[in-house]
Amino acid sequence: MAYTVARPKLTFAEKAYLPAIMTGLGITLRHFLEILSGKKKVTMQYPEETWDQKLPAHYRGAPTLVKDEHGRERCVACQLCEFICPPRAITIIPGEIPEESRWRKVEKYPKEFEIDMIRCIYCGLCEEVCPEQAIFLLKDYAITGLSRQEMVHDKEKLYELGGVMTGLVHKWNEKK
Amino acid sequence: MSPVLTTILISLAKTIGLIFIIILPMVSYTVYAERRVSAMIQDRLGPNRVGIPMTLLGFSKDIPFFGLLQPIADAVKLLLKEDFTPAHVNKLYYWLAPACAMAPSMMALAVIPFGSTFLGVPMVIADVNVGVLWVFAVSSLGVYGIVLAGWSSNSKYPFLGGIRSSSQMISYELSLGLSVIPIFMLCGTLNLPAIVKYQIEHGWLISPVWIKGISLFPLSINFQEILQSFDILKIVLWIPLFVSFVVFTISMFAETNRLPFDLPESETELVGGYHTEYSSMKFALFFLGEYAAMITGSAVIVTLYFGAWHIPFLPTTIDDPFSFLGIVLGLLHIAAFFLKVALLLFFFIWVRWTLPRFRYDQLMRLGWYFFIEIALVNVFVVALILPFMRK
Repeated sequence: MAYTVARPKLTFAEKAYLPAIMTGLGITLRHFLEILSGKKKVTMQYPEETWDQKLPAHYRGAPTLVKDEHGRERCVACQLCEFICPPRAITIIPGEIPEESRWRKVEKYPKEFEIDMIRCIYCGLCEEVCPEQAIFLLKDYAITGLSRQEMVHDKEKLYELGGVMTGLVHKWNEKK
Repeated sequence: MSPVLTTILISLAKTIGLIFIIILPMVSYTVYAERRVSAMIQDRLGPNRVGIPMTLLGFSKDIPFFGLLQPIADAVKLLLKEDFTPAHVNKLYYWLAPACAMAPSMMALAVIPFGSTFLGVPMVIADVNVGVLWVFAVSSLGVYGIVLAGWSSNSKYPFLGGIRSSSQMISYELSLGLSVIPIFMLCGTLNLPAIVKYQIEHGWLISPVWIKGISLFPLSINFQEILQSFDILKIVLWIPLFVSFVVFTISMFAETNRLPFDLPESETELVGGYHTEYSSMKFALFFLGEYAAMITGSAVIVTLYFGAWHIPFLPTTIDDPFSFLGIVLGLLHIAAFFLKVALLLFFFIWVRWTLPRFRYDQLMRLGWYFFIEIALVNVFVVALILPFMRK
């Protein structure tokens, strides 16, 4: 069904366009001068300026593995993170901790732990699901590599990034 | 050396100097200016990185230099890209079109007086009496590049772009030509250097009053002449001249396919318009041709309305052109001309990033219903005023 669009009644100044064009030119000139004189600053020039200092506390960056204060790897290879990971970025091959080890009570450890950073969507579900608080999301966002292989973080790399996290989980201590 | 050979060599030197030393770098830096200014208007920064790559030489930091080397990087990129010719095009015209787009705007510069005299040589390549007519005749050839590109590409979008361009150019050519007639009536000549001479004596055509009697070099103030310089007829005449300036400038926007009249390329509706099928340096020729046309247009506007190379309150000639002062003045006049052109180019860019594109019927309505009529009436108004002017 055809219907008529109501045309607004325009004043002469509006019909002449020129005043509106002048106003528009004024607006663009103001923006131009503000940026040119440096009065207004919008762009953060990335490699020189980063927003590291301004990141919010809850920012989710690269997931990493951590060790506890005794140097024990916190991960017990329960594979919960592997199962919850939406893009299936995590691959864990569990292994058994030998009897003679100090941490034989833990039973399992990840023989291999890989996070494919090309797949990772930084959702933080791995961190949330981990019963041992072994996996943490850092604030690193600039994760780069020259090949696909380089972008798969293996166990070594994950511990290197994560480092040591003290406190909280202690149930695997000998004394308990 | 025979005088003929000397003349040929001098005009060759002027041509090469103008085109290769001034205009072509200016074209590429207009592209840079376009990118920077558009960025700043949109609260961005634009290309500010490409400078001297000191890190390649083993230093720790590059010298960015406001990104002033960006045009060189762009040119290298465009030259090294694959020059792809689609199978369905008409090869001859497809190859001819980019050249047709670039050449006319360069040719039109031949009659522009871009400086007073330098080393005793007048700074205009061809001091011919047809002057402005040559500019119009040649610059309207530029449409052939676009039409040929649109047609030979054998594809829908370029075709539509080409059709739009030809109708737009025909429409605005009329008001472009009609709007400058008052100037010729006033100056009594089509010769551009003569029009500049008129403006030096009677004041730039854009300004309503012209203060005479002040000179900065040698410093002198003549109050008698200042009082005499206010002429009511000049103020009356300024009104039609200003209208002529506005119509001419807007028509020039349409003629150079600049926004708000960029319907031939209108990337939002026609992909890229007439140059959709072009790549590499052939595309670049269209791109640079558009900017060259902008520079030529600005140069014509500066010559007709802003007194070309004239700097107010400074002498126009010095007796000995080979003296230090003569050389400085000659260079200063060339610099003044291109400064005026640069300011006008800024205006072109500024308008582009302010206004949205016209609808096609609006464009035609503006051209045929308003500008031609305004320009025609303007001619009559000037004709009515002229008899009262003192000669």
